Amino acid sequence: MSPLLVVDDLRVAFPNREGALVEAVRGVSFELGRERLGVVGESGSGKSQTGRAILGLTPPQGRVTAKRLAFDGIDLLTCPPRVRRDLRGGRIGMVLQDPKYSLNPVMTIGAQIVETLHAHERVSRREARERALAMLAAVQIDRPERVYGLYPHEVSGGMGQRAMIAMMLVADPDLLIADEPTSALDVTVQLEVLRILDRLVADRGMGLIFISHDLRLVSSFCDRVLVMYAGRVVEEIAAGELSRAQHPYTQGLLSCLPRLGESRHPLPVLQRDPAWAL
Amino acid sequence: MSVGIEVRNLRVVYDGFVAVDDTSFHVAPGESFGLVGESGSGKSTILRAICGLAPVTAGEIALVGRGDRPKPGSRGFRRLVQMVFQDPYGSLHPRQTVDRILAEPLAIHRMDDAERRIEQALDEVGLGTGFRFRYPHQLSGGQRQRIAIARALILEPQVLLLDEPTSALDASVQAEVLNLLDELRRRRGLTFLMVSHDLAVVTHLCERLLVMAGGRTVETLSSEDLAARRVESPYTRTLMEASTGFRRA
Repeated sequence: MSPLLVVDDLRVAFPNREGALVEAVRGVSFELGRERLGVVGESGSGKSQTGRAILGLTPPQGRVTAKRLAFDGIDLLTCPPRVRRDLRGGRIGMVLQDPKYSLNPVMTIGAQIVETLHAHERVSRREARERALAMLAAVQIDRPERVYGLYPHEVSGGMGQRAMIAMMLVADPDLLIADEPTSALDVTVQLEVLRILDRLVADRGMGLIFISHDLRLVSSFCDRVLVMYAGRVVEEIAAGELSRAQHPYTQGLLSCLPRLGESRHPLPVLQRDPAWAL
Repeated sequence: MSVGIEVRNLRVVYDGFVAVDDTSFHVAPGESFGLVGESGSGKSTILRAICGLAPVTAGEIALVGRGDRPKPGSRGFRRLVQMVFQDPYGSLHPRQTVDRILAEPLAIHRMDDAERRIEQALDEVGLGTGFRFRYPHQLSGGQRQRIAIARALILEPQVLLLDEPTSALDASVQAEVLNLLDELRRRRGLTFLMVSHDLAVVTHLCERLLVMAGGRTVETLSSEDLAARRVESPYTRTLMEASTGFRRA
């Protein structure tokens, strides 16, 4: 079976003030099947730009190049914009970080879910409404009819994030890109949202790219993890093998976190080796 | 000569909404005390009430220990008790240089020798005078948080109120800032009152902590108790388990 997504030597560059190009993503390659892939890195490591390039959401001044960037056999770099638009939100969905900023504040939650459906399928109004309500129930929202008519500011962060997941999954995508989907949430809510996401991804057999800065969370959630530093993948590890990470950056990231039941003063600090960024 | 802080039966009400209710704790001079809870639990409101940014509806806040113990709201109190905010991207004036940011508290409290104090404060947070005439947008998140800490320290306070000081930072930068706070406390004998949602961070920096939910106290426990998982309330247990990561059922 051919992989769902092929990324080969992906590069994303932005012009700086002098007009010279600065590469934010510098040759990232991976293949994805119907599995959960984690992408971990610190701010500026290029993890979000990688996810956005796959969807075609790179800002207009940015330049995306790759030897190959293909989704289910469709070459994303050469296909017409119309095909790309159909994929975006249809077969490839994206969940963003903070529901406070990424939901439309002047549309009800229900209307936003229905909008996604109308953009990708021909459905009657009544069917759209029914499917939106079913989707809200699937993300374990208690009274879908009530939440359907609420505006984003009227719901909590965890509820908003569940609504966003519902919005993305209603079109039944094959690939879901989740960019820090739980970073803005409280720890207990975070686990609840992850549990819902986990179940939906497993039930529907989707591929998932989970982008996060939290190495430990990602490794407890995904099947394998790509560790990014300065626009490159420095290490790929199976999630269970995290303790056997080879790269000093991965090891450093793991050891600089304070842990419950351990007293280390001072905490080990990550010593950055300029060679990592080469 | 250090002072601690005592909060007795604190209640904070905004427009009929009870944000904090009947909360009491005692932070001994030189101690580091943590407030833990989820958003909306009232933990930040307590810090804000202490430094006068939230209304104290009932209850008492006082400094304890030997030495000067000015009343809350007085100029002396405002100098001795300083706050470091969560988001260094929002808490520094974007149009002011580091030099001006650090000079302002000195001017407000009419402290002399500004030149030397600014240089010393920058040194103390590990930045050096090379950063003195930069703007916040020219600094990284970790460097900004160091400036925010320097701004608090420049008044030679005894109590630092830390509101999620590392939650906006990357893990590796978080370690650096935590180490800096640790070292400053040891060197200056500071009293810390720190708010965080991250149990691991709180137990790393604090000796004792108070778990809050819905504006009320859930339980008070020591970091050792938490590390050894000797917790009483089910809520604390949930928080503790949540902090270890995701587990598939």
